[in-house]
Amino acid sequence: MARDLPMNTCNKPVVLSCEKISKSFDGKTILKDVNIRLCRGELVCLLGQSGVGKTTLFHILAGLYQPEEGRVLLNGADVTGKPGKISYMLQKDLLLPYMTVLDNTAMPLIIRGEKKKDARAIASSHFADFGLEGCQKQYPNQLSGGMRQRAALLRTYLSSRGVALLDEPFSALDTLTKSAMHRWYLEVMERIELSTLFITHDMDEAIVLSDRIYIIGGRPGTVTAELSIEEPKPRPADFMLSEAFLHYKRRLVALL
Amino acid sequence: MTKKLQSITSKLPPVLALAVLIAVWAAVCGFGSIPSYMLPSPGSVLKAFVADFPLLMEHAGATLTEAFAGLGIGILLAFITASLMDRFSPLYRALYPLLVVSQTIPTIAIAPLLISWMGFGMAPKITLVVLTTFFPITVGLLDGYKSVDPDAVSLYRSMGAKNGLIFARIKLPSSMSYFFSGLKISASYAIVGAVIAEWLGGFEGLGVYMTRVKKAYSFDKMFAVILLIVIISLLLMGLVALIKRAAMPWERKGAKES
Repeated sequence: MARDLPMNTCNKPVVLSCEKISKSFDGKTILKDVNIRLCRGELVCLLGQSGVGKTTLFHILAGLYQPEEGRVLLNGADVTGKPGKISYMLQKDLLLPYMTVLDNTAMPLIIRGEKKKDARAIASSHFADFGLEGCQKQYPNQLSGGMRQRAALLRTYLSSRGVALLDEPFSALDTLTKSAMHRWYLEVMERIELSTLFITHDMDEAIVLSDRIYIIGGRPGTVTAELSIEEPKPRPADFMLSEAFLHYKRRLVALL
Repeated sequence: MTKKLQSITSKLPPVLALAVLIAVWAAVCGFGSIPSYMLPSPGSVLKAFVADFPLLMEHAGATLTEAFAGLGIGILLAFITASLMDRFSPLYRALYPLLVVSQTIPTIAIAPLLISWMGFGMAPKITLVVLTTFFPITVGLLDGYKSVDPDAVSLYRSMGAKNGLIFARIKLPSSMSYFFSGLKISASYAIVGAVIAEWLGGFEGLGVYMTRVKKAYSFDKMFAVILLIVIISLLLMGLVALIKRAAMPWERKGAKES
């Protein structure tokens, strides 16, 4: 059972955790006793079938839903049911078409009460890091799919101060763009010391990106297994073809 | 350059069709089969238009005043109603069917009532314009508010945005194109509404003038008024399109292939 899982072994400080989260809708329990930890600089995947409650869990972490039981801790502070601390990113970029890319990315800062000018300056200073330099004045419909996802990611980054919750962010991209985005994401994450919780149902994506993988399953959904990908980062470009990759994939298949 | 050429060629067929229509009209009048007091020729309509121009402008001024006042009040009421209906869903459920049903009431039927209630001044005309312009804008705004992706609202809530900000930064701007579609229709309704109300009684305005020249059997002047109403309506719709362009700069920038 989930409660008997070994505690995670990362030796860095925990930035985000949830303890014994339970949530039900209309009397139907969706999540039961979910425990998750995310350490600084880690990328942790939540892997599981659709409908298992992964997105509900993200809404709880983002403070949009109040869980019946359990609590969410961000850098040690209780943020259960408090929106505005952590944001997330979806497969849809949800950039507002009537704002420039710069204003879109500056929105979380403006919501937080920064002056428009300061918010723009802060957002703009990250454009190079996110590969968006020169797009400030453009509107979202002038950008390619990959660029729009980068802009959405920058917006998430600016709203969450070092933690990103990504809900299948790359699943709408074609395979080539997707693997380019993977490489880019890992690289940018390293550079800006971002910790990431990542929802996916794609095993390959989970193995390539993750330091650890939580497998979510069952009804009600809970963490059924945890798997560490010990492979050091950055991982070689042909990691997906290696024996080690296959080894992890076999274990995942067995766990699922 | 090619784009300009294209836009000219796409406008060519309707212009040609109109020219043919006018030519047939002129020919029918030229043969003398219809007496000229029944169907004035295009030439005499144009002559009447030019001769009456100062008078027409005077009456147009009154009609436009009514139309703009009514449209302005209509827009304001539409914003308030639609925003309240969007905010409070019981209100939406209660009022939406009534709004739709209210559109089956013919304008021409309530105009005499308004006049008996409010007299022959501008008040009944403005009221009628409000009634006709209110609906398309309200429905446009409601559809616009509803068009907002609930995921976008959740996302901005997760960033800490409150209802007011979500309304001002997301719902309102997202519904602008719906609003302008409603406004375009309403702008032409406004003129027609004012003219209809003037028909049924009043002291000035294009509708009043129309009933006068009709009673005098000056059909050339009658046609001249109709021509002016068409021109004014087109100008108003063009004005709405211009305002929309200025208000929604993001629509102008071409979408890139992704």
